[in-house]
Amino acid sequence: METNRYLPYAQSELSAAFDRFATLREEMDRLFGSRFGSMARTPASFQTWSPPLDVYEDKDSFTVVIDLPGLKKENIEISLREQNLTVSGKRTAEENTGEQGFRAERFYGSFQRTVNFPAQVDPNGVKASYQDGILKVVLPKAEAAKPKQIAVSAN
Amino acid sequence: MNENVTTSDRQQELAARRTNQFYITPLVDVQSTPESIVLHAEMAGVDKTGVDITIEDGNLVLVGHRLPLNVPGDPVYVERRALDYRRVYELDPSIETDKITARVEDGILTVTLPKAERVKPRKITLE
Repeated sequence: METNRYLPYAQSELSAAFDRFATLREEMDRLFGSRFGSMARTPASFQTWSPPLDVYEDKDSFTVVIDLPGLKKENIEISLREQNLTVSGKRTAEENTGEQGFRAERFYGSFQRTVNFPAQVDPNGVKASYQDGILKVVLPKAEAAKPKQIAVSAN
Repeated sequence: MNENVTTSDRQQELAARRTNQFYITPLVDVQSTPESIVLHAEMAGVDKTGVDITIEDGNLVLVGHRLPLNVPGDPVYVERRALDYRRVYELDPSIETDKITARVEDGILTVTLPKAERVKPRKITLE
């Protein structure tokens, strides 16, 4: 994204050139610092399937949402160990790849994502649902982890 | 938050979203068989009501509008971009546009574009 700087004075060519380098440097920082930053640093990462996930929190639970289109429920594995939730699965490529040509952009094979929660979750209350390609895992917080109101008493 | 989205709520939302300018480009696998071209587009969170397929000027425009995500709480960590999906393909004139079919299942939009008879491979027998 180009940001145009409008200066109230004329710039010398040298300082204009430095300005362009500064913009380039900002763009590079933004690229490496963004979600794709780690991918930009290690080109091999472009080849692995890493479905994007979100984590939401309210006072009673955490919810993890992952974009996983085209999977079968039996191919999704969800496991919880202490405060780490791991979602993994696999998807095999289509068998009939079309005799006259095939262009594959989608990822196949297996994936794994792990989320570490800052508070304790109750493993017995975890519910997962998969609808329209979206996996939602709701993890209720353990009683001890829920925020408690502490009343202030006047003395 | 209202769990049950009524049809007219959804229609209003879709009407508003159709004027949206920002989209994600979905990943699409393209297969070509002698009979047709098949596209598999990854559109997570899109169901039948959210699919818009149109043909404009020989271009196939695929748009998928995401369903609203009813999730309790506030985002703590976000990677997903909750934008709608859009991809445009230039259609070869040999595609029978009135026979194009599509279905969506588990967030995958499958579009089948049948090829015209005249371009299907034909065997020519010797007399």
